[in-house]
Amino acid sequence: MEALDEIVKEFLVESYENLDRLDQDFVRLEKSPADRETLGNLFRVLHTLKSSAGMFGFQRLEKLGHAGEHLLGRLRDGRLALNSAMVTALLADADTIRGILRQLETSPTETAGDDRTLIETLHLLADGKPAPALPARSVPPASPNPPPLPSPVPKSLPAAPASSTAAGAPAARGDAPEVDELTREFVLETQENLAQLVRHLGKLEDAPGDHALISAVFRTLHTLRGNSSFFGFTKLERIARAAEDLLERLRSGALTLTLEMTEVLHDMVEVVRELLAAIQSTGRETPHEYRDLIACLAQLTGVTAGSPSRAPNKAAWPGPAAVPNLQSQLQEFPSPTAAGLSATATAAAPPADFQSQLGDFQPPAAAAPANSEPRAPDLAESTVRVDVGLLDSLMTLVGELVLARNRLLPFAADHAETAYVAATQRLDTITTELQERVMKTRMQPISAIWSKFPRLVRDLAHACGKQVNLVLEGQGTELDRTLLEAVKDPLTHLIRNSVDHGIEPPAARVAAGKPPAGRLLLRACHEGGLVIIEITDDGRGIDLARVRAKAVERGLMSAAQAAGLNDREAMDLIFLPGFSTAEKTTHVSGRGVGMDVVKTNLENIGGTLDLRSRDGAGTTLRLKVPLTLAIIPALLASCGGERFAIPQTSLLELLRLEPGPDGNGIELIYGAPVCRLRGQLLPLVLLSRELRLAAEPGEPGLPSGPASIVVVQAEGHRFGLVVDQIHDPEEIVVKPLGRLLQGVPCFAGATILGDGRVALILDVVGLALHSGVVERIRERPPAEETAPAGTTTEPEQTLLVFELGGAERMAVPLDVVARLEQFPRASIERTGGQEVVQYQSRILPLVRVAAFVAGCPAPEENPDGSVDVVVYAAHGRSIGLLVGRIRDIVRVPLKLQPSPGRRGLLGSAIVQHHVTGLLDLPGILQEAQPSLAGAGEIS
Amino acid sequence: MDRTHPYTTFRLAGLLFGLRASAVLELTRHRELTRVPLAPPTVAGLMNLRGRLVTVLDLRRRLDLPPGPADARPMHVVLNTPDGPLSLLVDEVGEVTELSEADFEPPPESVRGVARELILGVCQLPGSLLLILNPATVANLPPPPAAPRPHPTPARL
Repeated sequence: MEALDEIVKEFLVESYENLDRLDQDFVRLEKSPADRETLGNLFRVLHTLKSSAGMFGFQRLEKLGHAGEHLLGRLRDGRLALNSAMVTALLADADTIRGILRQLETSPTETAGDDRTLIETLHLLADGKPAPALPARSVPPASPNPPPLPSPVPKSLPAAPASSTAAGAPAARGDAPEVDELTREFVLETQENLAQLVRHLGKLEDAPGDHALISAVFRTLHTLRGNSSFFGFTKLERIARAAEDLLERLRSGALTLTLEMTEVLHDMVEVVRELLAAIQSTGRETPHEYRDLIACLAQLTGVTAGSPSRAPNKAAWPGPAAVPNLQSQLQEFPSPTAAGLSATATAAAPPADFQSQLGDFQPPAAAAPANSEPRAPDLAESTVRVDVGLLDSLMTLVGELVLARNRLLPFAADHAETAYVAATQRLDTITTELQERVMKTRMQPISAIWSKFPRLVRDLAHACGKQVNLVLEGQGTELDRTLLEAVKDPLTHLIRNSVDHGIEPPAARVAAGKPPAGRLLLRACHEGGLVIIEITDDGRGIDLARVRAKAVERGLMSAAQAAGLNDREAMDLIFLPGFSTAEKTTHVSGRGVGMDVVKTNLENIGGTLDLRSRDGAGTTLRLKVPLTLAIIPALLASCGGERFAIPQTSLLELLRLEPGPDGNGIELIYGAPVCRLRGQLLPLVLLSRELRLAAEPGEPGLPSGPASIVVVQAEGHRFGLVVDQIHDPEEIVVKPLGRLLQGVPCFAGATILGDGRVALILDVVGLALHSGVVERIRERPPAEETAPAGTTTEPEQTLLVFELGGAERMAVPLDVVARLEQFPRASIERTGGQEVVQYQSRILPLVRVAAFVAGCPAPEENPDGSVDVVVYAAHGRSIGLLVGRIRDIVRVPLKLQPSPGRRGLLGSAIVQHHVTGLLDLPGILQEAQPSLAGAGEIS
Repeated sequence: MDRTHPYTTFRLAGLLFGLRASAVLELTRHRELTRVPLAPPTVAGLMNLRGRLVTVLDLRRRLDLPPGPADARPMHVVLNTPDGPLSLLVDEVGEVTELSEADFEPPPESVRGVARELILGVCQLPGSLLLILNPATVANLPPPPAAPRPHPTPARL
């Protein structure tokens, strides 16, 4: 019983994989409906599923599989033309199958369900009758009176041996009195392609070896052949196939282009044009047989063949299918398959019999698919399916081995015996190599998640009434499977955004001078130990004016602030929580849960997200994620006697503040420590205080000596982490914390260091939130008033904002502020009518600023009896300005509105949504301390 | 008649405790612990058990017993729990005793508070009273009083 379960499980896994490919193939088919290879693939997938389901007795699956297979069989044989109703029905089929499979995971039998409508629809379509339109995911009742299809398709076509040239050739087309839309399109397209082909042939005469040109010609012929067979134009098909065979050999290097070949190819173009002309006027091919041409092409292909063993076939039966599989299908579907194969045999000219062709299927390289797009890889003999859990435990073990090795190495360094040292070195190299290999086993190509996107984009585009061409580049780019899983949702979300918001509806695109169909490019590559994933659309781009307006509307900032943001900063607004510029919420996106979550999720795995956009020209999102999560580079730092690991990905720089005459440069603004870094204020988190490592609780934990600061970045905000000591970086193996420690903030896991001790890994984002350092930045008070949006951008200035008596807000430029101090009220002394305090063994004269500002009451003392003093330095002397509560340090565009007549003020401006007066410091000082006047003008 | 099972015994704060040996992974000597700041006080820290990360519980705190001497070098009784290994700090490891559940009596009235939930029963041994711990409840900490992490929930997109 258990063995059977195992088989069923395998069946499920395999079927899921196949279904995922199915989605992709269906979407590809919509673009090139005549792609026989894809049709063949699809047919095989459903056939396999049907057979396996039959074996297990899953009747619903079997019937659904059969219905889809039936329709696909007819499509593949060119007896039907694919239309979007068929694609929809087939997708619905695949969805229903997937639903049943999912349910089979948990229960041994299928659930009951009525698939009759769906199956009936598929059969109707297979019989060439229009079926009622199926919505993508549900099955409506069949309409009672299906109108007849314009071009009737014979119910069952006798297996026409393709070598018989004339019989039944133009299939259904012959009966059609007028040329239908599709055919006309085919003719037009082919004529265009031919013109290009002729150009390429011309160029090839000058450069007969040009591989790109040969490939281009080959592709044109390949398309022509596929389309012709799809429309049932057998003569065209045979001619194209013969030419294609020749080109295939040229492309593979088995032949080189001769003048004779070029001439024959030109002849071929003429013949094809003739046929096209006939089709355009009469809807059918000319009665002429063109045997000479085909023979000529075949001769050129075959006679000079360098290696006869090469598979010359290139057609009806695609890909390196396994032989037994092929044979079973032959038995079951004798007519179409045999016809297709013998067609190959004859058209491909060389006297290879069927058996030898079969032989050619076996070596995987021999019949490699013509284009490089990934098709069903038949790797059964060289690959083994391994449970992911096993890989994970293998990875863990290798992690242990790495740690064990790390512990051993120091001993070897002390050891004199060369044999021992050599043995450890060997162990070292092997471990490193093993680690690399095992990590590689966990790598999966990104196509594992991308495979869902063609379907997603198709469905989205349909839902939004848009046309989108999805282009995937770098599908083979590999990354760790846990990361793959982690980027899946963010990617899906970003793609949704691009289709829903980025790409415009066709009419709008045309009006903007773009092609009606938008282009969505997904590109992945490796770069410097990271995986880069780019999502580029050529849509409308991000309207920064809208973003700014939205930010103001949502109360995130004032209009003046919004106008003052540079483009980069405005773009970053998109990452604020709850931000959306969508005018209306669609079911696709625009609910405002979005970019911030995407960004956070990416940051959680050590990734970053970068956004570039040009208004009207499109948007590029650039994701950078590490290759693997299990082993990460980290910086070790100690604090309070413990060592902590800080992931390198969140690290910006390391600082060491030496104690100077003014202390070590760490200042407290109302308990919040800050320091200056290159003129900017850097909020600090004292690790010992945050993690309560200090022996004395309640101690602020400001370092007395030199301070070591690790500057990190969390959610786009910089802050400094004050630690006791910074050690060396190390590669660490991340281990999750046990259940009992799950709720503990600030830690992302733990690792075992080279000396065997455990070190906790700091979660920088968690730490930022826990300490409030980011919260403080995020929670700017929302604007209750908005000044009219400034059109000109004012120069930015950094201001120190404080209260001055009552709730009045005042500001001074930060440049003139040397330090912020608090003095106990009692320490203020008087000398010569002047208030002073002793400050750094000097005398600091104090100025009560409020007294010099018109209509401003004196500030109240702090509850603890201390006063706040802004130390102002000018001309080598310092003056203490006595102010009220210090609010903040902000960098804002300053738009000063003069307030004439108010003594002590230069004017007022809106800072952080509050009207804030800008002190006229020179004026005040002139009045208070004439000796210091002239200092501190505001720029 | 009654089947007996082996029980690992250990001393803690002058009391004798026992745990079903099948729940015990191993006994190890004192090891250096890494403190986990902000963790519940019952969590003594983390240790490296041959490359495995093991959470260590301060069993004295867990059982509401008075703290031990500062220079104590407690030993580890490592439990095998569904969430991985979990170590209990004990003063001294005793011998393994075969006991039958029929010998268990309900804990005496004098045992109150949290210990009552953790003690399956008591067993009269010559000269001492053996308190049998319930490994499942010992490993279950009361939910931390700390507020949940104010991290934005990575909602499904």
